[in-house]
Order: sequence, then structure tokens, then C-alpha cells
Amino acid sequence: MTWLNSRSPLALGIWSIVLIAGVSAALYATFAAVQYRWNWSGVWPYRYQFISGWLTTLGISLGAMLFSVIVGFLLMAGGRSSWTPVRLFATGMTAFLRGTPLLVQLLIGYYVIANALRINEPLLVGTLLLGFFEGAYLAEIFRGAVESIGASQRESARAVGFSVPQTYRYVIIPQAFRRALPGTTGQLVSLIKDSSLLSVIGIEELVQKVRILNAGNYTALEGYIPLAIAYLAVTLPLTWWARTLERRFAYET
Amino acid sequence: MKLEGINLTKTFGSHHALSGAEFCTSDDARVIALLGPSGGGKSTLLRVLGCLLVPEIGSVSMDGEVLPHDEVGALAERRKNGFVFQGYNLFPHLTALENIALPLRSVHGMTAPDACARAQELLERLGLSSHANKRPSQLSGGQQQRAAIARALAPKPRLLLLDEPTSALDPVMTGEVLDVIRELAESGQNIVLATHEISFARQVADWVVFLAEGKVVESSAATDFFTQPKNPLAKRYLEGLSKYR
Repeated sequence: MTWLNSRSPLALGIWSIVLIAGVSAALYATFAAVQYRWNWSGVWPYRYQFISGWLTTLGISLGAMLFSVIVGFLLMAGGRSSWTPVRLFATGMTAFLRGTPLLVQLLIGYYVIANALRINEPLLVGTLLLGFFEGAYLAEIFRGAVESIGASQRESARAVGFSVPQTYRYVIIPQAFRRALPGTTGQLVSLIKDSSLLSVIGIEELVQKVRILNAGNYTALEGYIPLAIAYLAVTLPLTWWARTLERRFAYET
Repeated sequence: MKLEGINLTKTFGSHHALSGAEFCTSDDARVIALLGPSGGGKSTLLRVLGCLLVPEIGSVSMDGEVLPHDEVGALAERRKNGFVFQGYNLFPHLTALENIALPLRSVHGMTAPDACARAQELLERLGLSSHANKRPSQLSGGQQQRAAIARALAPKPRLLLLDEPTSALDPVMTGEVLDVIRELAESGQNIVLATHEISFARQVADWVVFLAEGKVVESSAATDFFTQPKNPLAKRYLEGLSKYR
């Protein structure tokens, strides 16, 4: 039965069904064993609140993703600069952002820095702070990808007469892009989940809405299971999309 | 073309790749072979001649003009030259055609149709026209090196610099690449070639610079060098290399 071990769509389909059925059965057995009492009717009235939280999470995530890619690129480029103050600033920022908890960055960033600057827009400030935090991780992913482009490629680029900016534009970034994709996707998935922490500065995103819903009904899983599904509804398509991108830019070196 | 190197010194960390190399070719040298044992400084000298590296001490002059040491001047010089290295020359994310056309457009200011036509012309000349839209990984080693030569030739370089272009190839591919280089040499292209292919160098070169331990031990017309090398090291090297071929 070697075809069952093949990559044909039929084999993949059959195995997917078998695995999903197995995991569902295991989950059902677990819930049955703890005799969990479901209260779905109590949470149903909160459906619009749930959707508004989900949309908030989506909006924050999308904004922070775009911003974090820009931050990541700038921190990576700054960290490779030959100009010492720029390099020190970029590497220092990267280390600080990666080395301190997002919770602390959000609290200080919103209640101290944004307050001092008289900015009273929790959504905007939260999105930017999240973008900075994830951008520092992306900077290191980008740095790894850029540094993995070999010396012979850089020399070839110099030899055909490319200037330094041209070398990055035509040789290094196109090749580094492909290598940075898997790590970047993982980081963006993390970003979506990390957006839940924005509740500490008063943003009612998805997790906060679910907390309110659970508190109002003395429920737990009736909120948290839809919560997990709502996150998967975003993170799975993102992962698949990244895979197709990887395939499109695939080439052997 | 007359090439002259004066007291060339280049170090990498504590390693002296070139330590006071000096040579001067005849006024009408066209194909210059850099010979000598591995680690003797051939590749470094080739890069210094092509302005890919700038020496710490000393200077190179080409037909009496001293090559610049600043980055802007060196970049302008590099754009007049063509380079081919041992291997991994081509950009793996671009097709053979794009590898040639991209520098023509972005470095030499050609329009897209002109660059494409010029790239096609060179691919055809090097027998690669049916491989124009393949990526380097889809080409054999010999085809890759010929595409690299096509890319180096496309902007009509004043000087073509070849750094052991066949040392990563099997004998058949070596043959096809050497055929191309010989045709270029016979068509009047100025060439500097670092190589271990002694019998090939004997056929095409008109001047030989022999390096060992970062110094030029002999610089003479090719006929003199191959018939009666003055330096004992060069003599031993020639004998050793011609033993089995």
C-alpha cells in the first residue's frame, strides 16, 4: 500500500480525515471524562461583541504586520551600517525590544511615553508598539537571511559593476527574501497572537471580549474554543499563503 | 596593452597575499597569463588588476594610467572590466538571459530591448541560445561558465579577467570553456588569465607573470617563459605540471 504513503491529493485527503477524526475523538473523550457542562446558549448573545473583537484583532494585526516589516528592515539595515552611531542605535534597540517583555513595553509606551507626547489613541499606539516589538525579531530574521548570501555572490555583484545599493536591490534582497520567508511567517503568526496583550492598555480586542463574555456567564471553554478557532481562521490561511509564496520563489542555488 | 605593477602589497589579517609584487609587461601584451603555485597570490593580483581589491601599498598602471584607490574610482574602473571566477558566478535567482541583461540595463544604461538583444547575441555566440531562459541550477558547469563569460563580455570590456575559470569543471567542460577563451584571445580581446592549465596558457598567452609567495618571480614573454624559464622555481613548476599532460 505504498500509495497511502505518497503525496497524492487522495492520500493526503484520507490521512487528513483520519487525523482530524482521531484528534476530535480524543478531545471528546477528554471532555466527557471531566464531565464538562456546556452552556452555549449563555454565550450566544455575545456573538456581535465577539465579531467586533475579532475585527479589532485583525485590524491591529494587519497594521502591526506592515509596520513591523518596515521596522525590521530598518533595524537590520541600521545594524549593518558602517556608521557607528546608527549601528549602535539599531543593535541596541533590537536587543532592548527583544530582551524586555511586551507587557512592560506596552505599559511604559502607552501610559508614559504616549501620555508625555499627549497621544490618546490606544489603538494607534498599541499597533505601533506591537510593530516595534515584532519588528525587532524580524530584524534578526532578516539579518540571518542577508548574511547567508555568500561572499561569492557579493563579489560577482561587485564584478558586474553594481554599486552597494544596486547589490542589495538586485542580488542580496531578492535572494534573502526567499530565505527569510519561513521565519517571517512564524513571526507574523506570533504577532497575531501577541496582539491579545493589547488589552492591558484598554483595547477590547478578541481575547478581552472573550474574557468579558466568560465573566458574564460563568463560562470558560464556550468562549475559549471559539477564540482558538477565530485565531486559526487567520493564522492558517497566512501560513498557507506563505507556503505558496515560498514555492513561487523557489530556485536551487 | 601595457600592465605594470609596482610594489603591490595586500594582506588579509596576518596573511600576506601579495608582498611587494612587481612586474611590467611589454607594450603590446594582449593575453597575460598569471601562473604559479596555489596560494602564491594569482587570484589576489588578478583582483587588484581588475580593481576588485585595492592594495595597501603600491599601484597598478594600465597603459601608463595609474588605477584609482578610492571606492568611486574603483567602481568606475570595474565597470570597464569583465570578470569570470572559478564558479558560482551567476545570480541563481535570475535566468541566463537576465544575468546578462540586468547589468547592461542597470549599470551600463541600456534600454530593456537593447539589453535583451545584446544578451541574446552573446548567448548565441557562446552556443547557449536554447538555454536563455534557464536558471543557473538548470545548466551544466560548463554552460554556467560560458554564460558567465557571456555576461562579462556583454558590455564590451576593455579587459577580461579570468580567475581559474575551469578549475571546478570536468575535462569535457574544461575543453568547451577553453575553446571559448581561445576564440576570444584570437579575436583580439585583452585578457588576464589566472590558471593551472599550462598547455592552454602556452597556446594563448603572449606574456606570463609567475607568482610565488606573494611575489612575482618571473615576468617575461610567453615564448621565453615556456622554452627557457630563468627562475628555478618556475622551471620546477613547469616540469611538475607538464609531467602528466
